[in-house]
Amino acid sequence: MSGNLRTPLLRLAGVTKSFGATVALRGVDFELRAGEVHALLGENGAGKSTLMKILAGNEQRDAGRILLNGAEIEIRTPAEARQHGIAIIHQELNTLPNLTVAENLALGQEPRTAYGSLDRRAMIRGAREKLARIGADIDPRRPLGALSVGMQQLVEIARAVSEDARILVLDEPTAALSRAEALRLYEVIEEMRGAGVGMIYISHRMEEVWQLADRVTVFRDGGYIGTRDREEVRPADVVRMMVGRPVDDLYQHRARKPGEVVLDVAGLTGDGVGPVSFRVRAGEVVCLAGLVGSGRTEVARLVFGADRPRAGSVGVGGRTVTPRTPREAIRAGIAMVPESRKDQALFPQLAVEDNIAVSSLGSHVTAGVLHRRRIRDGVTTTLDRLRLRRGALRLPVVALSGGNQQKAVLARWLLRDSAVLILDEPTRGVDIGAKSEIYELINELTDRGKAVLVVSSDLPEAIGISDRVLVMRGGRIVHELDSQHATEEDVMFHATGTAAGSTGVTHD
Amino acid sequence: MTERTLDTTEPTGAAAPEPPRAFDFAYWWDRVGILVVLIALVALMAVIAPNFASVDNLFNIARSIAINAILAAGLTFVILTAGIDLSVGSILAVSGVVAVLTAVAGLPAPVAILLGVLAGAAAGLLNGVLTAYLSLAAFIVTLGSMTFLRGLAYTMTDGQPIVDNRLSFRDIGNGYLAGIPAPVVIMVFVYLVAWFLLERTRYGRHVYAVGDNAEAARLAGINVKRVITSVYVLAGACAGLAGVIFAARVVSAQPTAGTSYELDAIAAVVLGGTSLMGGRGRILGTLIGSIILGVLSTGLILMNVPFFTQLLIKGAVIIVAVAIDSLKRRSLRLRRRAPKVPTAAGA
Repeated sequence: MSGNLRTPLLRLAGVTKSFGATVALRGVDFELRAGEVHALLGENGAGKSTLMKILAGNEQRDAGRILLNGAEIEIRTPAEARQHGIAIIHQELNTLPNLTVAENLALGQEPRTAYGSLDRRAMIRGAREKLARIGADIDPRRPLGALSVGMQQLVEIARAVSEDARILVLDEPTAALSRAEALRLYEVIEEMRGAGVGMIYISHRMEEVWQLADRVTVFRDGGYIGTRDREEVRPADVVRMMVGRPVDDLYQHRARKPGEVVLDVAGLTGDGVGPVSFRVRAGEVVCLAGLVGSGRTEVARLVFGADRPRAGSVGVGGRTVTPRTPREAIRAGIAMVPESRKDQALFPQLAVEDNIAVSSLGSHVTAGVLHRRRIRDGVTTTLDRLRLRRGALRLPVVALSGGNQQKAVLARWLLRDSAVLILDEPTRGVDIGAKSEIYELINELTDRGKAVLVVSSDLPEAIGISDRVLVMRGGRIVHELDSQHATEEDVMFHATGTAAGSTGVTHD
Repeated sequence: MTERTLDTTEPTGAAAPEPPRAFDFAYWWDRVGILVVLIALVALMAVIAPNFASVDNLFNIARSIAINAILAAGLTFVILTAGIDLSVGSILAVSGVVAVLTAVAGLPAPVAILLGVLAGAAAGLLNGVLTAYLSLAAFIVTLGSMTFLRGLAYTMTDGQPIVDNRLSFRDIGNGYLAGIPAPVVIMVFVYLVAWFLLERTRYGRHVYAVGDNAEAARLAGINVKRVITSVYVLAGACAGLAGVIFAARVVSAQPTAGTSYELDAIAAVVLGGTSLMGGRGRILGTLIGSIILGVLSTGLILMNVPFFTQLLIKGAVIIVAVAIDSLKRRSLRLRRRAPKVPTAAGA
């Protein structure tokens, strides 16, 4: 290990950042040494991404200091970040897939011949050198998009290294990689460690963090929790640092008495997920938990027919329906509130009323002609149930707050009165007031005998509102927990594959 | 904490409606702007253009507007779904040829009319299936069919107009119903149907929904592909009807009929406030947009404005109208952004 251990390569002190009323980072400290891999851990919403954006020059901190080799610096733009030797390898790649590897690597500094035209040979030669520096064996003449995601990631790293990056931020770099590709990446990381590059490694995979990291820092709810040498701690300690907050009674968990099986999923398989099998009973809330990319949303979409299953079946109320389109699912009595409100649920230019009624028009028409009064009555009733002001009826839906937009999406399915409700991240980006109302609504639905399947990244919520938690990892359900006795640590253990859990049934 | 949280949620509801401002240009333009423009234009023409306000002339204007307005009515459906149809001018020609050939072959007038309209609908079905089920870009599909159908019109007529002064259905172009020119009556009928479809039927809601957010529409259970196909069929049928009227007006099948009419129709739709991005617009706006374009053309002719200058003026009007529309939307967006509490958080 090279580098001076006394003066850190990079130091953040009291960095604070708010977005409107939401505090994303509250006075966090962070330190990175040369030649170190420093893992940054935390649940979704802990502030990791915000920190990364500040380092990348995409966001400006509100307060605090950033010191590079002991000298205070400013990072106002991505270009400045590059000048300071900071490179970010994003989860989503920022490369141009139709250009060749060499063209991508030379982007913005294309070599030219004496006549001013593009010097292709020099460009390819340069690319070879850059790739060789990280030991990547990639033909620079191939279009980047033809490479696997892992190879593309190596090209990104080659670019960062060629720009003499001293600080490399890797955001979930192995999320989309095969095992072999991940191993290749670990080798490159070792090489860069030897070269004195400081690396901030963001990952949810405990196993890989333990393999790579020298130190571990945990953030929670935008705050700095602590930094530990990897050798001093066990994974369990870190998981506890990540979740360590009591489940409050926000969830008003009730003892429910589930009835008959309503949703019966058997051997459902899609691209990269499954086979998964589970059942949800009338009046029961089942939560799919797991890390981002573990296949939760994919399962929800398969059940709803938003994606086509390759195998398996979905039954509703004892009848096999296996929907191939959302339309078929809705007819069979399945409803879904999708993950992204804006992209998948809302009609931004249409009125609140139209947004709510859109899936129920079929029951209010005669020969295609709408019974507008009846529709409005139905919509008004659901608005009242959700405590949305009636005056909102004719407003464009984007005029509502995030929480109220979400309630409008829920209202769509209340009006439809489906037997099965799938709620994918139902409280994402929603304020606390609307959250508790959404929880109340879920309780009301189960009281009426609905089967509810929730996907949630918010662990306290996942446990707090559900009767059972199905933990997913790598596209499969690996564990089932009884929410009454489950802890966030239990879920985290199984989701990260850290260790065998203490309660519940393992599906492996 | 929980208890308090629940209490504070009591008055939830939509973000408070904007308090009325002294003068909110965006708001009023959205409601009546285009109508104000039309009234101002008509008033201007009545003052400066000789004979503009005579009944004969107004009927003439109405008759000349009818064809573009009928094309634009169908096109409004397409544009509401964020699509485009460049082939309506060519469909107009093909349908005219089909109707005239049918009539010349001795079949009764209603059959000729019906076949003309059906030919248009069939062409639209082709556009729609290619766009919706093969996921091809509507612009390219209809650019191709525009050329193809024009070629078809030439082929069917051997490149020569087919004139029949005793054309059996000539009255739907030249006749009157209760003293009103027949094309105008048909235009009004088309707009009533279009309005009813868009405003009063489930189908209309689905058209808006697909245009506003196709993925959300799919996840809400709408058969998006079928909706997209159907709007091209409607646009084709409208173009077919326009083609029959055109043929009746000139008592002949003209392979060159309707050349570049698609541009005027698109202009009318956009002038009427329908967004090319889909999901927003009103069929009545399209009617007013067509009337504005018609009044402008006729007025400029009456004023003896040279043809070249007419083009300059019409082009400028279209660009200004779209610019105002864009500014309006930007101001609406800004207003929405202002009161919203950002929910972005780290992670």
